[in-house]
Amino acid sequence: MNTSHPWIPSSTPEQVEKMLKIIGVKSIEELFTDIPREVLLTREIWESLEIGFKRPLSEIEAKRVIEEKFSRNTKLKTPPFLGGGVYPHYVPSLVKYIVSRGEFLTAYTPYQAEISQGLMQALFEYQSLIAELLDMDVVNASMYDWGSAAAEAVLMALRVNKNRGKVILPANMNPFHKKVIETYTWPHNIKLEIVPYDKIRGTIDIERVKELVDSNTAAVYVQYPNFFGIIEPEVRAIGELTHEKGSLFITGVYPIALGLLKPPGELGADIAVGEGQPLGLGLNYGGPYLGVFATRYDMNLIRQMPGRIIGLAESVRSERCFAMILQTREQHIRRARATSNICTNEALVAIAAAIYLSMLGKNGVVKLAEINYYNAHYAWIKMKKNGLNVEVFKEDFFNEFPISFNEFKLKYSVIHEKLLEKGIHGGLYIGKYYPELGETALFAFTEVHLKSDIDMLIEALREVVFKR
Amino acid sequence: MFKQAKWSEPLVFELGAPGRIGVALPEIDEEIKNLVGEVKIPSSIKRTTPPQLPELSEVEVVRHFTNLTQMSYGVDNGPVPLGSCTMKYNPRIAWEIAFDPRITELHPLQDEKTVQGLLELMYELQRWLANIVGMDVCTLHPAAGAHGELAGVLTIKKYHEVKGQLDKKTEIIIPDSAHGTNPASAAMAGFKVIEVPTGLDGNVDMEALKSIVGDSTAGLMITNPSTLGLFEEHILEIAELFHNYDALLYYDGANLNGIMGYTRPGDMGFDIAHINIHKTFSSPHGGGGPGAGPICIKDRLVDRDRNIWLRDLIPGYVVVYDEKERVYKLRGLGPYSVGLLKSFFANTVPLVWAYVYILMMGPQGLRRVTEHAVLVTNYFAKLVSEIRGFEIPYGKSRFRKHEVVVSARPMSNEVGVTAEDIAKGLLDAGFYAPTIYFPLIVKEALQTEFTETETPENIDKYVARLREISEVAYKNSLEPKNWPINTSVGRVNMAKANNPKYLTPTWRVYLKRLRGELE
Repeated sequence: MNTSHPWIPSSTPEQVEKMLKIIGVKSIEELFTDIPREVLLTREIWESLEIGFKRPLSEIEAKRVIEEKFSRNTKLKTPPFLGGGVYPHYVPSLVKYIVSRGEFLTAYTPYQAEISQGLMQALFEYQSLIAELLDMDVVNASMYDWGSAAAEAVLMALRVNKNRGKVILPANMNPFHKKVIETYTWPHNIKLEIVPYDKIRGTIDIERVKELVDSNTAAVYVQYPNFFGIIEPEVRAIGELTHEKGSLFITGVYPIALGLLKPPGELGADIAVGEGQPLGLGLNYGGPYLGVFATRYDMNLIRQMPGRIIGLAESVRSERCFAMILQTREQHIRRARATSNICTNEALVAIAAAIYLSMLGKNGVVKLAEINYYNAHYAWIKMKKNGLNVEVFKEDFFNEFPISFNEFKLKYSVIHEKLLEKGIHGGLYIGKYYPELGETALFAFTEVHLKSDIDMLIEALREVVFKR
Repeated sequence: MFKQAKWSEPLVFELGAPGRIGVALPEIDEEIKNLVGEVKIPSSIKRTTPPQLPELSEVEVVRHFTNLTQMSYGVDNGPVPLGSCTMKYNPRIAWEIAFDPRITELHPLQDEKTVQGLLELMYELQRWLANIVGMDVCTLHPAAGAHGELAGVLTIKKYHEVKGQLDKKTEIIIPDSAHGTNPASAAMAGFKVIEVPTGLDGNVDMEALKSIVGDSTAGLMITNPSTLGLFEEHILEIAELFHNYDALLYYDGANLNGIMGYTRPGDMGFDIAHINIHKTFSSPHGGGGPGAGPICIKDRLVDRDRNIWLRDLIPGYVVVYDEKERVYKLRGLGPYSVGLLKSFFANTVPLVWAYVYILMMGPQGLRRVTEHAVLVTNYFAKLVSEIRGFEIPYGKSRFRKHEVVVSARPMSNEVGVTAEDIAKGLLDAGFYAPTIYFPLIVKEALQTEFTETETPENIDKYVARLREISEVAYKNSLEPKNWPINTSVGRVNMAKANNPKYLTPTWRVYLKRLRGELE
């Protein structure tokens, strides 16, 4: 292969020859002679493997391949009415533009502070903006997603409350997050105790919390709005019960809801986690997302915090600047005794969230929450008027609620298929996680759903359910 | 000459004016408002003070963040030869495709029928990655390299649990040159970490290793080539040793760029490997993330009676093709799976990026990637070894692979100019610095990895700058202590930034301290 490759600038014969000469070898292959013969691949074998299309492709060809693939995804008429932890939200063009700038996009973790000030300031602003939204003082520069952030919060609580071996989780938390917590805690002999939910209200059974919290409880976790979309009016009371026993109170939040709901700090949270995806990021079919992680200003907590933190600093010339702080908690210094193994995080996504929060500002955050609330409540009222059972639970919700199809003797999978035929992707079937709810699905509504989208959904549901 | 932008850019909190907004949100439809009425959230949970966020117009936001980007530095600006980070060029065709709304608007819980194109792409990527590392099955689930490590060690743990020997298998062996994530991941999986020393030839000290491996050994975590950039020459012997004790071998894929197309972890005897998509396969690092860290396994029978295979133990999802229904599906978690490590499928966007990269490279291109990564490394190593004050310890006569660890110990001993000073001197010339003080076994380490995407001209300039630094150091050893001078700010006072009396992780902490509300 004698032609130079656009991504390999040293691949001209002259340059190869020059470098080989300086190194003092005859061929590039000579540089690989320390690989044992038994495991050395010949060019012929390697090139016969199914890797790509077994030959290099041009940009033009590659785009054709991708177009063909994309064409086999279903084109829906509206954004899906799906939530369950991540949501279709609008991402302003400016957010996408800034995070595409090469100085951020192609940078590494800011190991060299002096040349990475802009990146660190953006991350510091992310931490600071989230701190205001959550009313918490300390925020790290990101975890992978809500589920892993919740799991790391549980591990942190177990380090802070070293001699305690129990963590209390609510049955109405996101079941995917629960699975992640189970995975992370599995090696550590922890008892995960599940608090049932109130079957009528859909909220956590606070009486059961009272019975379960004890002096062996390291932490209690509460999600609000909970997995059913319900607002959970008694978060603060649960926090107080938790603190009475010296346990840590962890809350999981959907940040958009905090335009209308009291922030974790005000409700007594010691650690707050959440999903930053709604703050300026697409759904991305599973990731990247943004694990929000915050704690109170208490050195006993901060020292046990996982993840990277950017702090305000000063240069030797007395300039205001930024630096990675408290690195002695991290794996590259503390190794086996680190607070977490996390290294690569979701920095660019955190910056996206910082940009979006800067654009929204104090009033925009509230307004965005209201649009979500109103759209969902409009859907709820109209569905109720149309004879659908949206009163699975009594308590108010934010932008997501369950619809039960049990009384129509209809499987949700059938309804789902019929909706799809009409180009609509309905909600998430939750009977799988809550068999007692049977044929029930969780529907989510955000600012990307226009009134006409919601009307179309309701009309379609009516047809499917009543005009069989 | 290099001179980085220095904007006295205020914090976003110091910008804007009350009442401004930076995004045009839709108004709530009148009909909706009338039907729903007022927001009826119970007072116990209704927010009464809006979050104290700054209020900026869109133009202020774009200026603010543009100025911040000008005080940042990535591969698009120049060489970023951070060792073990594989900071290669991030092709923009992949950017265009990976950020296509037809990917970014897909919900992970969407019906699989509606995302067949994407799933087919992921299915192919799994196969390609498996072939690249010589393994049988891959899960794309983990979100980063360290996440892949955790996925891998938990799989090792599950392997021993299924075999009923977990009470005995309590230790993971890791070389002293390993990435910090290896011991941290092993500890998160509840293992005791045993370190094995590196010999002077750069290989693992075999005598020491043999004395450590035993019945309590659950597995080995190792990267090959090592963080010294040296290929582990005893790898086959090591694999046999561990397998004789029924311990599994984990391959830290951070250094895959040094061997791709020449040998494969699966062929070397590894059982599990992770792949850093944001290193070897060119998705951008984004100032710290996102990445993706798929793991691949060499399948083996774990329990004959229950017909459990290693593939049944891995976490997350695997994309499978259902021949009968002719559709792609996500195979969910079986009863023996480690479980979920993140809420949903995988970090799809970087994975699509990698798909495009492999598609355009083909096997020929990928082998060339490694050849040139290794070529430029040895070229640099040769040139730098001739500069006064530097040496290249371990395996002195050996060729490097993807990276080389240069030690500034002679310079530091002789005139007190340290790896950190040298790093700052590189910044002043408009280069990013190498990874410094790592691996820990090398004093005054400058771990340097240019990757195949760096031009030989830039490497020459880099070497010239190192020569200049050496000359300055031996002439006036105090001068380097003032570096950097051409960056946005001078050297950061790390001690002060970490002092609990000063510690400022957010703007609100700064304000609270100013008002005397902390302590």
